[in-house]
Amino acid sequence: MSLLMTIRIAFKALGRNKMRTGLTMLGMIIGVAAVIAMVALGTGAQNMIEEQVKTAGTNLITISPGSAQGAGGVRTGFGGNTRMVPEDAAALRNLPEVQAVAESVNTRTQLIYGNQNWQTTVEGTNVDLPTIRSWPMKYGTFFTDEDVRAAAKVVVLGSNVSDTLFGEGVDPTDTQIRVRNQIFRVLGVMSSKGASGGGMNMDDQVFSPYTTVMKKLSGQLNLNRIYVSARSAEDVAGAAAAITAAMRTQHNTTADSDDFTVQTLDDIVALRTQTASTMTSLLAGIAGVSLVVGGIGIMNIMLVSVTERTREIGLRLAIGARGFDVLLQFLIEAIVISIFGGAFGIAIGYGVSEFLRIYQGMAASVPVNAVAIAVLFSAGVGIFFGFYPARKAAALDPIVALKFE
Amino acid sequence: MSVIIAKDLTKIYRMGDHEVRALRGVSLAVEEGEFVAVTGPSGSGKSTFMHIAGCLDRPTSGQYVLDGKDVSKVSKDELSRVRNERIGFVFQGFNLLSRTSALDNVELPMLYRHKDKFRAAERHKRALGALDAVGLGSRYHHMPNQLSGGQQQRVAIARALVNEPSMILADEPTGNLDTRTSIEVMGIFQRLNREQGITILLITHEMDIAEYGTRLIRFRDGRVVADQPVLHRRNAADELAALPPPEPDVISPPAETTTAGAAH
Repeated sequence: MSLLMTIRIAFKALGRNKMRTGLTMLGMIIGVAAVIAMVALGTGAQNMIEEQVKTAGTNLITISPGSAQGAGGVRTGFGGNTRMVPEDAAALRNLPEVQAVAESVNTRTQLIYGNQNWQTTVEGTNVDLPTIRSWPMKYGTFFTDEDVRAAAKVVVLGSNVSDTLFGEGVDPTDTQIRVRNQIFRVLGVMSSKGASGGGMNMDDQVFSPYTTVMKKLSGQLNLNRIYVSARSAEDVAGAAAAITAAMRTQHNTTADSDDFTVQTLDDIVALRTQTASTMTSLLAGIAGVSLVVGGIGIMNIMLVSVTERTREIGLRLAIGARGFDVLLQFLIEAIVISIFGGAFGIAIGYGVSEFLRIYQGMAASVPVNAVAIAVLFSAGVGIFFGFYPARKAAALDPIVALKFE
Repeated sequence: MSVIIAKDLTKIYRMGDHEVRALRGVSLAVEEGEFVAVTGPSGSGKSTFMHIAGCLDRPTSGQYVLDGKDVSKVSKDELSRVRNERIGFVFQGFNLLSRTSALDNVELPMLYRHKDKFRAAERHKRALGALDAVGLGSRYHHMPNQLSGGQQQRVAIARALVNEPSMILADEPTGNLDTRTSIEVMGIFQRLNREQGITILLITHEMDIAEYGTRLIRFRDGRVVADQPVLHRRNAADELAALPPPEPDVISPPAETTTAGAAH
């Protein structure tokens, strides 16, 4: 008997008991719909994270000093050496791939205003910081090149610091605060930025010209970091390579002896995306359980069906069906249930994720490969859970089956 | 030409430790065009013989030749093929597929043909022809539960005929039918046998049904104890003519009643 004919017979057999076929399919529909909706939510979250990191500036590149080896082989940790200096930053500023460069030195100290005080980080930087971090001002202005050159005692506050010292909603521009017993003039307040990629509270710090921090606060001669923004987000890797080359020239090192590290945000993005994809797998896994339950439902119904239709099987065998024909018929019935269930499930899952996206504002997007996997998986479920009942049907003895009551 | 040649057939079933010898050496031949009635009490071996004759089972020893082909030792799949091509089954319980029209039921054996497959139009034509041959009238698209017992058995006979088998094997075909319908069904067998020369092997434990055949084979304890022509053969057509006309159907008969079959 031809496959096409067997498929037709299977369809007819399923059509003879529409209620049961529909209910069995429902198990499959719910399973597949759950998987699709969950994967859509997970993928949506993943896309959202990537989007967020992009707006934070994926073209940000950080250069940190490496460790230093002192006499007797004692090594400082990462960032321990003091060989990264303002001249390095000046050299990077000349690279064509580079848009802006910000030196960075920092120190922790106490700020005092009136009877309020606050221990925080003073970040020494230069005028390009708001550009590099795409970080607008809330009040006042950022310091100028003139302030940097003069190592002026000026400070721009993070929003938390401003709130703590001056109270919320107060513009402290042009007031004076004491920083390590020196008088600094407040130029303005940054807008709130929340946590950084690394989890640090970006709003709990203040900014001064790096020259001021080096000469008047920490007394150090080296930089702790250099922040660079590449000219385009697409060429971050190229910019990183150019920076590495320029730094090697400056420090006269090779790949083996580098005393600095060049890091892009891609690494952080990769980590975050991986977290989100683990989440997606977890959700899909839980939803997958219901798919397996649906599959067991199919097996259950097929087993009942084989018992109930024993006489039919006996008759088919008597009039010339081979065991294989019967096996195929029942297998196809199971596969038809699972594939149709899968198809409806995809439609419903898609509908649910669209609903969540449009009416609940959740990030949800149905990935094409999830649909393909759902189709394959549901067919697989049909074959796997349909095989045992089908084999049972095919192994029936026609004499026994015909007499079955 | 012989349709069936059985030589020293034995069949032994194992039930746990002890053996049941259902057939103990059966030899017989059935010629083309014969209407053979096989009778015997329960446990006589007539059912076992029927299973082997119908290629539903294989003998433990001995030889069974159907239509010139030795089928005693062929594979299960080959037996399926032989059943499909050469044997038409009619059962006591009709065994029609439920929620499937009379026409689709009759088409079923053609779907399982291994060679000379028919196109859909040809299957349709042949099924209609077979249904006409058993006198089902125009109820081609009725479901089994919309047909009386007699009508259902007619559909089953049409199904047995449709692949043009060498032999029709009827296992207690009147067991579920009332007297009048039984006579009608036997009338169909007699007509097919007489007019189309179809070989019929009828298994029954009722002597009066067996007497519609041309030859009577009696089984007892796994052996053939009698094999003789039927002396006073009954003629279903004459008997039906002599019966009072069936009660007229005032309203449509309930689906399950078997008596209503006589009305048509």
